[in-house]
Amino acid sequence: MLEVTGITQVFGGVTALEDVSFVAGKGDITGVIGPNGAGKTTLFNIVSGIYKQTSGAVHLEGKQVTGLPPERLARLGMVRTFQNIELFGSMTVMENVMVGMHTKSSSGILACSFLMPWSIAEERRIREGAIKWLDFVGITDLAAVTAGNLPFGKGRLLEIARAMAVEPRIILMDEPAAGLNSQETLALAHLIQRIRALGITVVLVEHDMELVMDICDRIVVLNLGKKLAEGTPREIQENQEVIAAYLGEG
Amino acid sequence: MGARLSAETVETAAIPAKATTRDCPYIYEVTVQFDQILQYTLSGLSTGAIYALIGIGFSIIYNSTGIINFAQGEFVMLGGMLTLFLMGPLKLPLWAAIPCAVLISTLVGIVFERFAIRPLRQPTPINLVIITIGGSILMRGLAMLLWGKDTQSVPSFSGDEPIAIGGATILPQHLWILGITLVIIVINKLFFYHTISGKAMRACAYNRRAAGLVGIDVRRMVMFSFMISSAMGAVAGIIVAPLTMTAYDVGVMLGLKGFCAAIIGGMSSGAATVVGGLILGVLESLGAGLISSGYKDAIAFIILLLILFIRPQGLFGKADSERV
Amino acid sequence: MKKELLKFLVFLVIVMVAPLAFKGGYLLNVLVFVGINTMLAVALNLLLGYAGQISLGHAGFFGLGAYLSGIMTTTYGWNPWLVMPLAALAVGLVAFMIGFPVLKLKGHYLAMATLGLGIIIYIVFNETVDLTGGPSGLSGIPNLSIAGTTFDTDLKNYYLIWSLTSVIVFLAVNLARSRVGRALRAIHDSEVAAQVLGVNARIIKIQIFALSAAISSLAGSLYAHTMTFISPASFGFNFSVELLTMVVIGGLGSIYGAFFGAVLLTLLPEFLREAQDYDIVIYGALLMAMVMFMPGGLVRGVPALFSRLFKLAGKEGGHA
Repeated sequence: MLEVTGITQVFGGVTALEDVSFVAGKGDITGVIGPNGAGKTTLFNIVSGIYKQTSGAVHLEGKQVTGLPPERLARLGMVRTFQNIELFGSMTVMENVMVGMHTKSSSGILACSFLMPWSIAEERRIREGAIKWLDFVGITDLAAVTAGNLPFGKGRLLEIARAMAVEPRIILMDEPAAGLNSQETLALAHLIQRIRALGITVVLVEHDMELVMDICDRIVVLNLGKKLAEGTPREIQENQEVIAAYLGEG
Repeated sequence: MGARLSAETVETAAIPAKATTRDCPYIYEVTVQFDQILQYTLSGLSTGAIYALIGIGFSIIYNSTGIINFAQGEFVMLGGMLTLFLMGPLKLPLWAAIPCAVLISTLVGIVFERFAIRPLRQPTPINLVIITIGGSILMRGLAMLLWGKDTQSVPSFSGDEPIAIGGATILPQHLWILGITLVIIVINKLFFYHTISGKAMRACAYNRRAAGLVGIDVRRMVMFSFMISSAMGAVAGIIVAPLTMTAYDVGVMLGLKGFCAAIIGGMSSGAATVVGGLILGVLESLGAGLISSGYKDAIAFIILLLILFIRPQGLFGKADSERV
Repeated sequence: MKKELLKFLVFLVIVMVAPLAFKGGYLLNVLVFVGINTMLAVALNLLLGYAGQISLGHAGFFGLGAYLSGIMTTTYGWNPWLVMPLAALAVGLVAFMIGFPVLKLKGHYLAMATLGLGIIIYIVFNETVDLTGGPSGLSGIPNLSIAGTTFDTDLKNYYLIWSLTSVIVFLAVNLARSRVGRALRAIHDSEVAAQVLGVNARIIKIQIFALSAAISSLAGSLYAHTMTFISPASFGFNFSVELLTMVVIGGLGSIYGAFFGAVLLTLLPEFLREAQDYDIVIYGALLMAMVMFMPGGLVRGVPALFSRLFKLAGKEGGHA
């Protein structure tokens, strides 16, 4: 589904990533782990089109997508969430998810201004779609709340609902469990599994080892910008180098 | 206006046996042309020095706070207007009026930072732009109420006897401008690179949070940056006032052009902005003299747009590498 | 949806009925300008309040519309009703093209670039004397007329201008509430998150910039035909700042806020007639005060103030 080959990223004098390659299988939940500073978020930013890589390639379902801007990637079925959640703080929860349906709609400036019937019909469809995804993550009761006022855990769920509204084929989650308590993390694990059940490929960067070992089909380990290991949770847990790199973590 | 040679001049010009440059119209025109260029360049250098001072003021505040202080030009205006006011109704001699004017301008800068900038609850770019524009309008309005709308002249520091350089002439005030600018730049460099406060301010410019974590009082540094910028702006206003006269609204254009100088220099608070200012001043002067004086002001803005579009990091800056 | 319709109807009624309250007289003339300024403020608000892009040069687009209409109808005798939309189209197109390099900039740099553009346009108006009449201005611009009725009195101009402004307000409100409006606000709140969801931020920003410019040009054309005389002084940096003030005071991101801002700032100088020299100081003070104490503008600050006062009164009532 997602093939990352030989990604190298150099910032000024610092090599953040060196020749990183891995494959995320279709319908799998793939975890990317590694000690702090390993380059996980940088990798994500490259794959999701926010950074330009120094060298290397990214393929999505066989198609070369290296260097495409995020809005193109969204239309090709790739979406991501952010570690620090990037909500549209001045808009309501409902409106946030409605923006997620942007690629599923097309009324332009003229159609919207002049209240063309097809744009009104589309608006209704957008609203219905948004409600569906709010239901899916379980925050329908917060629909009218201003996103900026949400507690962090709910904000995370909103981000996921918003990303799901794009109806992606693959969703990249950057530390989705960060800042969540153990109850919320459990709920998140179930949510991710429900997302996979819809046929969507999931790739997540995470620090929470329990979550990762629990739900991931495959795990990629990064350390100091290089790929250390790739395999099933069992294989990773028994990998000496990985254990050494973490030295007691997780 | 250009050194265009008409067909007649070539055919009809009779070159006498013992020709001097004055006898040969062709060479004469070119000599005159060169003198003109020298003249424009020299006066352009001195205006450029002013733009440099103002530009450095912008850069200092921008580097320590991320704010573009639209009111910067008004400190330039205050420098000139206060000097006039202190010398006129208050009858202070020039050498006393100048430091007082700079002091008062600095105080205004402190008040502005303390009461308009610091308390801002949401310091978004839009809010900062609006509040600094509001501040500049307010200062201009107060200046107009206090001192009226007339343009007024300020006496030169040491007389108006022209000095000849090559085929051009400059005034003593030009030398004052270049000299004082040089002194200020040297003081600047010494302060920012060789004093604790200066280094602390540079630390804030690089990374505010880190600076705070190592114990630098960031708020104090921000205050300092406003103080230094308003003082420099005032000095710039004072030294240029004898040449261009001063009025309540001179700050707008001067401020904007100073900003252009800073952009050309990549928002550096040192040599790059100085070069930027000089380039701007000379290009403006040459353009006004050789092409058209009506479009003089447009030159600065065209340069601004070109730099912003093509090389926003300035002529000497490095392109922003992706930040993690 | 019903609420929005109601708001617009109230607006419409106020607008249509207002001249009756100000039977003739000088104030009616001012209200015509409120109409033009409302159109301008709404246009700027779409760019600044919704998309979050600062423009300090909108007076330039206003002026371009005014001069295009003025010159084509006086010097070349074209039909004003033909020139108006063509001018708006032309200005919109130019803004669209300039938008590509300009809207790559953000925050202060964008503000400065638009400022520079506006000033360059102003200087061109002043210097191309043969075309524009230079600083002395361009006069003899014909009034508009439809089917024999010429719009040459304040009352007629009032209804003409406000009819068009009402249409613009209607369209703008629709746009703001639509998918496009949401995309704009998303870009404002977090451009990267919007892009990740498939919003082509770059293109939408440029489109809104062009739309905003086109509407401003329209306002300029109307201004030219109403005033019959235009000069560069009305289209400089000072007016750009005035427009910015209107939008900020009224409330960024609110179409009706732009209307309130335009009303307040167009009427203000009239009430300051005696204290004329104080208007600059008051503008500056107002701008600063709004940002410091009511960053959401009047349209949000005033209701919030009232509800706080009611809560306070309620508390005291409980204790008593």
